[in-house]
Amino acid sequence: MPVVGVLALQGDVREHCAALEKIGVEVREVRVPAALEGVDGLIFPGGESTAIAHLLNTSGLREGLASSIGDGLPVFGTCAGLILLSSKILDGRDDQWSFSALDVTVRRNGYGRQIASFETVVDINDLGEFPGVFIRAPKIESIGQTVSVLATHDHGDGEHPVLVRQANLWGCSFHPELTIDTRLHEAFVASL
Amino acid sequence: MTAGDFSSLVGSARVKRGLADMLRGGVIMDVVNPEQARIAEDAGAVAVMALERVPSDIRRDGGVARMSDPEMIKAIQETVTIPVMAKARIGHFAEAQILQSLDVDYIDESEVLTPADEVNHIDKWPFTVPFVCGATNLGEALRRISEGACMIRSKGEAGTGNVVEAVRHLRTIFSQLRRLQTADQEELYALAKDLQAPLALVFEVAATGTLPVPLFCAGGISTPADASLVLQLGAEAVFVGSGIFKSEDPERMARAIVEATTHFRDPAIVAKVSTGLGAAMKGAETSTLDQRLAERGW
Repeated sequence: MPVVGVLALQGDVREHCAALEKIGVEVREVRVPAALEGVDGLIFPGGESTAIAHLLNTSGLREGLASSIGDGLPVFGTCAGLILLSSKILDGRDDQWSFSALDVTVRRNGYGRQIASFETVVDINDLGEFPGVFIRAPKIESIGQTVSVLATHDHGDGEHPVLVRQANLWGCSFHPELTIDTRLHEAFVASL
Repeated sequence: MTAGDFSSLVGSARVKRGLADMLRGGVIMDVVNPEQARIAEDAGAVAVMALERVPSDIRRDGGVARMSDPEMIKAIQETVTIPVMAKARIGHFAEAQILQSLDVDYIDESEVLTPADEVNHIDKWPFTVPFVCGATNLGEALRRISEGACMIRSKGEAGTGNVVEAVRHLRTIFSQLRRLQTADQEELYALAKDLQAPLALVFEVAATGTLPVPLFCAGGISTPADASLVLQLGAEAVFVGSGIFKSEDPERMARAIVEATTHFRDPAIVAKVSTGLGAAMKGAETSTLDQRLAERGW
């Protein structure tokens, strides 16, 4: 049984843990570097990307995580988690950093502030229709050649990717963990 | 709705409560200007509450406390990338309409401001923007949720730097939740009457053992240890008002409370961040207060 960690510095950690427990994997909350030992895959949850980035530095997790991701640790980032994985951030803080692992450019709050947050249905390759909950969501503006697009959404300005995968790294703009649908968690776990 | 269309739903309970879920494990800081907002974001705040005076100053100055000037709220929105919240007076739906038009991310219908209606709270369901409301007990929390609140914060006693009321309110809420879970089905009707709470919500929380929206803590948190305490008591995030910018070294205090909130179960980390912080805000003994803000709201 794989051990899946959830980065538990801030955000909707509980929902990710619940989804993983529901599909029967061993879950571990990761707040300190020692907790990374023996983890087969990791989830970067939703939350505030600036706060999580700050806490990655203060907790001492940043360096070890950067090297683990470089060595191929599978990571699935949702919303803020996608921002943390991305190679380029638009409309972020001037000093905002990310792991630059997933070759996508994201625009923070690209779909607008909270009153523009929305629910829709996204059509995911091989999975079909999936509930899409977008909260102050980042918009994927462009992707590198090695990135596969697994779902897109047209919010009135053309199709934009909302779920992408590049080898071991997965990212989505929406929050599968806020729904009862665990198929994306299952797909990530199956890939470990 | 079909996939690929532009069709989408805004202002649903799920996206309104969802933003509160995203703030869990974080610190929401009161700020009165863009400079403070920047310090808060630098320190790892998950959101800022834009207001003209922090509660301890409202308490000192007296007079009527109202919604902040839109210009000040806009200046803070332009400064930070994290969510910006703002306060409306209890029952003052026109202030709430204004704040929604300003595109704030959350409205706090707050007892810290002078109430505008001594009977009715704002009907929060028609708004696209989500609301947070204060509560001192479970019945009050469920009444606010029935009016559409998407986040509850225990009230504590704002502007005192004294955590005692926050502890009282959290303990009361969790004790009442536990009582519902052990009650017979037949007893729930009478318990709903005692709580003065809607029956459907009483049945729901009796079954789930938890509020249907996130429960945060506010009012009197002024040290990293205070944050650790209220999180261990069951709060899911903290609001810090006067506690940061009325302390000796706000930047360090802000960072320390953020770290203590993440690592609240790890006393060694809380000890480390509490070391050499300088003076916390002076604070007040609650028995000496002329005005108890927590008593506002019904």
